Amino acid sequence: MWEALQFEFMRNALMAGVLVSIVCGVLGTLVVVNRIVFISGGIAHAAYGGIGIALYTGLPPVIGAASFSLAVSMVMGAASLKSKQRADTIIGVMWALGMALGIILIERTPGYNVDVMSYLFGSILSVPRLDIWYMASLDLVVLLVIVLFYKEFIAMSYDEEFSFVVGMPVRLLYFILLAMISLSIVIIIRVVGLILVIALLTIPPYIAEKYTTSLGRMMVLSCILSIIFTLTGLWVSYRFDLTSGATIIMVAGLAFFVSMGIDSIFSAKKRV
Amino acid sequence: MKPYAIEFKNVWFSYERTEVLRDISFSLSQGEFLGIIGPNGGGKTTLLKLMLGLLKPEKGEIRILGQEPNDASHRVGYVPQNTDFSQAFPISVMEVALMGRLSRARIGKRYSQEDREKVRNVLEKVGMWEYRLRPIGKLSGGQRQRVFIARALATDPEILFLDEPAASVDPEFQTDLYDFLKELNKTVTIVVITHDIGVVSSHMKSIGCVNKHFIFHEGGQITQEMIDMAYQCPVDLIAHGLPHRVLALHEEE
Repeated sequence: MWEALQFEFMRNALMAGVLVSIVCGVLGTLVVVNRIVFISGGIAHAAYGGIGIALYTGLPPVIGAASFSLAVSMVMGAASLKSKQRADTIIGVMWALGMALGIILIERTPGYNVDVMSYLFGSILSVPRLDIWYMASLDLVVLLVIVLFYKEFIAMSYDEEFSFVVGMPVRLLYFILLAMISLSIVIIIRVVGLILVIALLTIPPYIAEKYTTSLGRMMVLSCILSIIFTLTGLWVSYRFDLTSGATIIMVAGLAFFVSMGIDSIFSAKKRV
Repeated sequence: MKPYAIEFKNVWFSYERTEVLRDISFSLSQGEFLGIIGPNGGGKTTLLKLMLGLLKPEKGEIRILGQEPNDASHRVGYVPQNTDFSQAFPISVMEVALMGRLSRARIGKRYSQEDREKVRNVLEKVGMWEYRLRPIGKLSGGQRQRVFIARALATDPEILFLDEPAASVDPEFQTDLYDFLKELNKTVTIVVITHDIGVVSSHMKSIGCVNKHFIFHEGGQITQEMIDMAYQCPVDLIAHGLPHRVLALHEEE
């Protein structure tokens, strides 16, 4: 294991894993308690359209995906506020449209030689230095926003109506949250790919929620769990030569079922 | 003269194409204790949401303490009907009550020592201070209701709105609750939506009955006639859907 650290790509992978886990833990917590898992999935998949645009026009893929998913998240957010009844349909349509756009544009890109699979399933082992910097600055921004507006985010997440009544800008907070999610999804795609983003955003907070009594602690525990899953997955994939993104998700999924199993044993005991 | 606590001028409201409230006008003085009764689906909660600025009227004008409902938001407190949402949400009693201290002017700042003192004070008032560290989802319905009342009081409201406050409360606390509100009414205007007509007659200074129309009785003491109305109104409305009968009775006096 340790000899692997001699390679720069392995050190980058470790750093990427930790940095991505931090945004996943913090924002994933808000995704879970605000029940916006579906919209997050929509943003992640629609981001493929942004990658397609970037490759087709020669822009850096990170920039393309980031700006496109940011735009998509704002439209989805507006749709979810405007027509609550049909928001899921609208999000579903944009989800598929984004992917379709990406597929066509990547296909039409002359002489492209990018490994498309790496966007779908991630490639933590080939994260360049530049992306590490992008991840680190995003972590900083997200942490700053959450620390600064912690009590407002709790209020909005717990009781949106009351927060509105006492004059909190709940809509603005909601859009800020979506913006942070869409920018983060771009870097999470680097690690586990856009198809698996949702797992890393939701599994650690889901487990953490059961063992914590405040949103802040839930965020911290989610980050720790996420780091454990990512690094364990990375090690297993290295050791057994498996696809890294999928292995990370398998580790997280295994923990998910173990935690559910422990719960059902405990609740069965309580009933007896 | 002090502005009215609540003022409605020809207010209409519909959801999609369903008319919910029709041409409502009334004014409620400060210091009042208003009970709003009416059948299910009669528009009680809609009326409340209009007062809170959660909904906008289709036509007409609403003033709360002389201001637009959204501008008066920091001067009112609100206890919602359902308090059993997000049971799994990791939040303590203290944190829920502290939400009452949120204000637009102090976004991005921590809760102050003064905020915490205030919250301690209101939690003690409702008898929930010793539960402050408990997760809110682990409390009984009645205990949770107390915490939500504390949260509303923490806003230092000039008007307190409560939507069916006794719905999930144990009977013992229900009596306590209305005595508590009566005491509070010495300094705060109170508006309560309720099903319990007995409570209306014994505790409230004025009564409004809503079923698309709004019939309003303002007055110092509760007359026999008002008790009759309080008892008859919802019964009649549910049985025959004839709100006008009550209005007719009112005009005859």
